[in-house]
Amino acid sequence: MSDIAIELRGIDKSFGPVHANKNINLVVKKGTIHGIIGENGAGKSTLMSILYGFYQADRGDILVDGKVLTIKDPNAAIASGIGMVHQHFMLVENFTVLENVMLGAEDSPVLNASISKARIELKRLEKEYALEVNPDAIIEELPVGLQQRVEILKALYRKADILILDEPTGVLTPPEADHLFRILEQLKNEGKTIILITHKLREIMAVTDEVSVMRRGEMVATRATDKTSVEELAELMVGRRVLLRVEKGEARPGDVKLSVRNLTVRDGRGVTMVDDVSFDIRAGEIVGIAGVAGNGQSELLEAIAGIRRATGGTVELNGSTVDVTGLADPAELRTRGLAHVPEDRHHVGLVLKFEESENAILGYHRDPAYKKGALLDIAAMRADAEEKIARYDIRPPNPRLKTANFSGGNQQKIVLAREMERNPDVLIIGQPTRGVDVGAIEFIHKRIIEMRDQGKAVLLVSVELDEIRALSDRILVMFAGRVVGERTSDADEGDLGLLMAGVENRMEAAQ
Amino acid sequence: MSNPYAKLPGWAEYGLIPLVNLVVAFLVAGLVVLLVGESPLEAAYHLINGAFGRGEYIGFTLYYATTFIFTGLAVAVASHAGLFNIGGEGQAYVGGIGVALVCLWLDRIMPWYVVFPLAILGSAAFGALWAFLPGWLQAKRGSHIVITTIMFNFIASSLMVYLLTRVLKPLGSMAPQTRTFEAGGQLPKLDWLLGIFGLDIGNAPFNISFLLALLAAFGCWLLIWRTRLGYEMRVMGHSPSAARYAGIKDARITVIAMMISGGLCGMMALNPIMGEQFRMQLDFVQGAGFVGIAVALMGRSHPAGIIPAAILFGMLYQGGAEIAFEMPTISRDMIVIIQGLVILFAGALENMFRPAIGRIFASVASSRSASSAAKGA
Amino acid sequence: MDVFHMLVTVLESTIRVSVPLIFAALGGLFTERAGVFDIGLEGKMLGAAFAAGAVAAVTGNVWAGLLAAILISVLLSLVHGYASITQRGSQIVSGVAINFIVFGSTVILGEAWFRQGGRTPALAGDARFSTITFPFAEEIRPVPVIGPIYADLISGHFFLTYLAFAMVPITWWILYRTRFGLRLRAVGENPGAVDTAGISVVWMRYRAVICCGILAGLGGAYLSLAMTAGFVKGMTAGKGYIALAALIFAKWKPLNVMLACLLFGFLDALAIRLQGNPLPLIGQIPVQLMQALPYILTVILLAGFIGKAVPPKAGGVPYVKER
Repeated sequence: MSDIAIELRGIDKSFGPVHANKNINLVVKKGTIHGIIGENGAGKSTLMSILYGFYQADRGDILVDGKVLTIKDPNAAIASGIGMVHQHFMLVENFTVLENVMLGAEDSPVLNASISKARIELKRLEKEYALEVNPDAIIEELPVGLQQRVEILKALYRKADILILDEPTGVLTPPEADHLFRILEQLKNEGKTIILITHKLREIMAVTDEVSVMRRGEMVATRATDKTSVEELAELMVGRRVLLRVEKGEARPGDVKLSVRNLTVRDGRGVTMVDDVSFDIRAGEIVGIAGVAGNGQSELLEAIAGIRRATGGTVELNGSTVDVTGLADPAELRTRGLAHVPEDRHHVGLVLKFEESENAILGYHRDPAYKKGALLDIAAMRADAEEKIARYDIRPPNPRLKTANFSGGNQQKIVLAREMERNPDVLIIGQPTRGVDVGAIEFIHKRIIEMRDQGKAVLLVSVELDEIRALSDRILVMFAGRVVGERTSDADEGDLGLLMAGVENRMEAAQ
Repeated sequence: MSNPYAKLPGWAEYGLIPLVNLVVAFLVAGLVVLLVGESPLEAAYHLINGAFGRGEYIGFTLYYATTFIFTGLAVAVASHAGLFNIGGEGQAYVGGIGVALVCLWLDRIMPWYVVFPLAILGSAAFGALWAFLPGWLQAKRGSHIVITTIMFNFIASSLMVYLLTRVLKPLGSMAPQTRTFEAGGQLPKLDWLLGIFGLDIGNAPFNISFLLALLAAFGCWLLIWRTRLGYEMRVMGHSPSAARYAGIKDARITVIAMMISGGLCGMMALNPIMGEQFRMQLDFVQGAGFVGIAVALMGRSHPAGIIPAAILFGMLYQGGAEIAFEMPTISRDMIVIIQGLVILFAGALENMFRPAIGRIFASVASSRSASSAAKGA
Repeated sequence: MDVFHMLVTVLESTIRVSVPLIFAALGGLFTERAGVFDIGLEGKMLGAAFAAGAVAAVTGNVWAGLLAAILISVLLSLVHGYASITQRGSQIVSGVAINFIVFGSTVILGEAWFRQGGRTPALAGDARFSTITFPFAEEIRPVPVIGPIYADLISGHFFLTYLAFAMVPITWWILYRTRFGLRLRAVGENPGAVDTAGISVVWMRYRAVICCGILAGLGGAYLSLAMTAGFVKGMTAGKGYIALAALIFAKWKPLNVMLACLLFGFLDALAIRLQGNPLPLIGQIPVQLMQALPYILTVILLAGFIGKAVPPKAGGVPYVKER
């Protein structure tokens, strides 16, 4: 018996051109809570999926309990005592708790015996780890926190000694999260090993014994939690970056163009995604929203753009109300001077199977300029597209090419050209440079600054902190659906990092 | 390469893959012919000869093709908006009411060129009405359009039996059909059209509704690729989330697309009712609504593909009759098998050969680039 | 007494016409609860009915016919499975295709092999199922009320009839009381949960599709080996679609399936009975209305006007592992 639960040696994994994990080494000691922290896309989830047998590593060894294992599928992981609580619960919603716990671990073809056995075992687990949940409750009727508890019970029922939790608090309210941490402590005390994947520093500091930091596919450091600080971790997470420089002059803010008051958005399950958010954006300024992905920025953008219904609050565009809680019509908002570059250009901003020139009018297709009699004026559409192709240097310069055949950067330019060339008063932009090549990034940033200088009000959402800092005149930080702070563009990176991680101020971090 | 679904040249995508699928469907059909102890080659000979061997045969082939152009277009229009209209059979059937009512009303007092436009409107209106309900139910009540349109096929069938046995049947007649229309309810034949090619149409009911079908095909092309409505339909069909982003109202598009689809199906009724039988009979649709699915799949939902695909099925229907005549063991139901196989291979299994074809293209491309690189060096 | 007698007759034929519906709808229940939609029930039953009729006629053995029916139906299910599970094609298109292929093939092959206009030779003796008479049926018949009910409703049906009704609790038991059933229901609701639990989604769905094949095969065999003595061209006459409607109407639950099939069967039996017989007060009800009623009811149900039919969540969607 070794006192090391899991050891990873030289794990390497690529998806096509994306090098998700680079030569990862990791040691997780038995009976500890080991945090893995990193920004979105740092490679945490990939690493854990390899450990759980979803993917196979290209290179490297996995040692469980000192023995090298090949984990070819989740079955093998389960057999080696590894359990996983997925970020999106893997539960059958119309099944009972008991049925979900048993699924895949039934020990007889006829359920009667399994059920009574499972019931007893579940009772025992509940008692042992203080995980009360009614075994006959239907999953979809349970609150999210309890559903997660079922996921944990599922793993324990399969005799997991090592429990991986992937961003477990993303869907939880703070009291629920606290309860989860108490459960994790309890599990640790019973001798279980826990790997906690998160991007929230507060959680790391609160519950872990050791913490490993990942950045851009690499494991950059492992620290004992009591020997490190939030500041150090934040810096390790972000790294010393080459500061993005964008030439820009002083902002000359004018009138308020977009005014958001007490905006609240709940998702289909009633979870609050945007919580009482208020801000103004003036003509000629860029307001950036910083935050780790999944803290309500996407929902905020969509609510303002009229493609997601808000549950409360008001939005004013150019001084007149937008019916955000009712049926705001994106087409109408466009005519009122709102342009929207959506975060997801593949599914929202573009129709990939369309010709370039067809995408160049998406959302503006009812404009009379593209109409000739009862028909679309194809010649006008193509001429228009060609003009934009030239101005935005979109390559290849072929308006008839299927959009799917353009590179990410050029696709993004198609969207930007469409939205910017409309001379809008307010431009809202989500992830302007996600999946875009370096050359195009510079171009896109320049164009955004130009829009500001032309007196547009710009709302920018990005998970790239550098981008936010380089472009914004003011920065709002979102965490858990709320705006937790406002900073100027010269704000300290560490300070922003703390805000993004849900630490309200340095005083609290120091505690 | 790593992704065989990625890029194939247009001619392979729209020509080669459908062709391969079609060939496989026919090969399997050939197996069935073998199974009943006949020669597939002989059957193929009779099929082609029966469809094109004489002016009259060609007339019949095109008569059937007319019907299938309408139903094929109908399925295609709906599919561009992301809807699977499997209810063409019922919509065409109900569309017949519109044709019959106009003809019964005017055939004795008006010439055909007055009756025909009204009958077009009548057929389209009734077909659209029968498609409106499933469309509306999907848009507003969330019921699945495939299931509802299937149910509406059966409801239409019962409704038509009722109407033809109780309401539209002339007094004293036993047959479940309307009275025979007089001159105003009879469409002129297109004998002159085949006459240009020196062909004699004989008894074939090839009539002017063929021209209407071609017009409808052109109209559909305009609608889908040249109008804002068609643009919105395509956005919705490809990406509902992009449609929401663009401010396209999906409920409205769903209902309109279904009504256009139903209207096209309804217009199919003109061909048999005013063009051949000069009365409305039970079961005059004869599965054309379902053939439309095969035609749309074969034709890749593009009018330029649908017309040849419809002619192909017209050929099967006409040539199939000839096979049945020459080779008594092979009845006209052979067509139904081929139709099913085409739907299977061009539809549900459309991607079966794509990886292989993709690999062939990839290896040809890489060897070509390798050889050109070698030349360069 | 006359009304009572009529009622017994109608109920008796209700049972008779419900049997194939119950088999097919239960078959559909298996695949659809596993997430594979199947509008090819019609084709499977028809193919099975033909295989049963043909093999029983040739071998003179009803059991050989039954076996052939099941084999053909399972084979067709596998084609559907290959298209919709392995090739991830459209489940609806695949179902439609199978219906056509089978319809055409049964006629062509039937005509080629037996030359009786698409029929198979009439079956007699051991080549078809005979009815089972329960003990004392004839003795009890004269007893009022109980007599006819015992003799005509309970006794005097085919083996397959009793099997169909037995399949209802058996299906329920399999679905809700076995490991297989638990996994099957899970794979139709959230295949991801099944996959992460280390169970093959593809294999689960194939097994569900095979179950459907067996049941639809029994339904088809009933048509040509029991209800009628031999196969007749197109003899399913839309029963597969009615079964589909019944399945939806039953909200994908076994006991409800039986009730829905009995209801639709009753409407059918009543329609035949009422043909040409005006009802007191109401007068003549068009037969066609009675025939369309199952479909109309299903549409109304689907539209959410009477309760809500929620299909299995993962239904109709091929499973693709994320990322």
